[in-house]
This record gives sequence, C-alpha cells and structure tokens, in this order.
Amino acid sequence: MSLSELRVAIIVFPGSNCDRDMMVAVEKLAGRRPALVWHKETSLDPVDLAIIPGGFSYGDYLRCGALAARSPIMEAVLDHAARGGAVMGICNGFQVLLEAGLLPGVLVENAGLRYVCRNTCIEVVGGTESPFTAGLVPGQKLIIPLAHNEGNYFATDDDLQRLEDSGQIAFRYVDSNIHGPSNPNGAARDIAGIISANGRVMGMMPHPERALSTELGSADGATMLTASLEALVS
Amino acid sequence: MQVIVNISLKEGVLDPQGRAIGRSLTDLGFQEVGEVRVGKRISLDIDESDPARAEQRVARMCETLLANTVIEDYEIEIAGEDEG
Repeated sequence: MSLSELRVAIIVFPGSNCDRDMMVAVEKLAGRRPALVWHKETSLDPVDLAIIPGGFSYGDYLRCGALAARSPIMEAVLDHAARGGAVMGICNGFQVLLEAGLLPGVLVENAGLRYVCRNTCIEVVGGTESPFTAGLVPGQKLIIPLAHNEGNYFATDDDLQRLEDSGQIAFRYVDSNIHGPSNPNGAARDIAGIISANGRVMGMMPHPERALSTELGSADGATMLTASLEALVS
Repeated sequence: MQVIVNISLKEGVLDPQGRAIGRSLTDLGFQEVGEVRVGKRISLDIDESDPARAEQRVARMCETLLANTVIEDYEIEIAGEDEG
C-alpha cells in the first residue's frame, strides 16, 4: 500500500473544531483527503485509521468527552479498535478515548486552573510496538502546541505503573527553553500521550496537526504524523 | 419519581477548583475553612413508581454515563414521589 491509499476517517462531533485542521494535515502529508464522519453515523467504512479530533464536543457538558464517547459512531469506532484497527485521539479526542474506555485513566482540570495555550516540548517514550511511535526514536524531542483546560492526566497508581512498565507512555512533557513549566497541566508522570496495550490506540493532548511548518512555529507535528501514517502503510 | 444523584471526586483526586474556592474563602476572612471539595448534583425525573427499581436504573445510568468511576463516587437519593 502507498501513503495515498491509506484510508483515514475523522470523526466529527458537534463542537469538534480541529477536524478540518486534521483533514488538511493528513491530506497534505498522505496525499489523500480523509473522510469526515458525522457522529450520528452508525458505521465506519473500512478504514486504516480513525481519528478523533480536538475541540469541545457537546460543549464539554457533564465531563469532557463523556457525551461524545457515547454517541452512535463510537460503537463503530469501538468495533474498529476491537478488530485491531488504529485509532488516534488528539486533545478532546484523547478525552473521548478515555471516556470510551479505549485507554485507561482520565483527563482532569489543569492543576494551574487555567486554560493553557502554547508550545510544549514532548519526548518520545514508547516501548510497546505501535504505529504511532514506530517511526520515531525514543528520546526524540518534538515541539508541538497544545490548547486545553482539562489535560491533567490522572490514573490510579496501579494503572500508571502498568503504563510505565509496559511501555505504553507514548509521549512525555520534558524541559526545553519554552517559557513556562515543562509539564503544562500537572499530568501524572508528565504524561502527554499514551498508547493501548496492543499499540493500536493512541491519545495525546498536544496538537500535531497545528505544527506542520516552521513558518508557523514548528514542523514537528508533520514529523510525528508522517511517521504514524507511514507506519500504518508498511 | 424524583431521584437525586450526588457526584463527588474520590478521595485523593486533586480538586483544583475546590482548592481555589478554599483559598478565596480564606482570603475573605473565613479562616476556619480547611479542605474544599466541589461536586455535582443531578436531579432526574424518572417514570418509575418502585423506588428500588428506580435506584437500580439510576445506578446503571451512573455507571454508564453520569459518573466517571475512575475519579468520581456517586450517591443516589430517592427524593420522593411526584405530586399529582
């Protein structure tokens, strides 16, 4: 399969606002426009990657991602994941994946009680074999922006230890010369993103689709997304 | 039937909102305030006359959607029969 044959679907909820950014990013990097799939749909055409984009699905009512995680399309996303299909959730999409039970833990309000919107430096951790880290090198640093109020990753100590021991921490906030604390939100163990035990589901708070060119601050999002897309092709 | 669900953060889960409220209360002169925890109260109007059955259904609702049991506890309170 070539990159342009990769079938990508982006799920759109009421309140999603990074769906089009992600569509543009994937089209630019893979050469094929992803399908935008409305949350009321009950089936996903066969896809190689389902992406849950960032935004404020359902206005963040009840808990971030809680209502989106129970909307009709998510049954199909869960089936896709159960078959070993690849799923990526960014920001609110990460919150949705946690609420849907595809990944362990929960994202709570930032420890600093403020909405944080800036670049962060994350480091590739990995360990579990996964298309989302396969093309990257452990220890590789990426500058990727984030923008959220609930990005403070929380899980039970047992879950945190399991994630750590099994190499399921995909990305971690690390020190850099970016102004502000390296961990922007108080996330446990500086977790910026995690992967499932089988490596096929990944959620992260930073927005790689917003870091596609050095003119706009960083092209490291393109590096990360291209690596994932290429790993899904091979 | 009216059913009230009280949702609170589990012990040990950081409550930044509660902490900020606590700090404000102290600043306002309420020195006696210690830890503050913020919860949610959801009131449900349920078409069910049997309290035990209503409680059972609402517990399902809590587990399915209303609470995230990783960080939250819930308490169900049968508030009473609808009038009329």
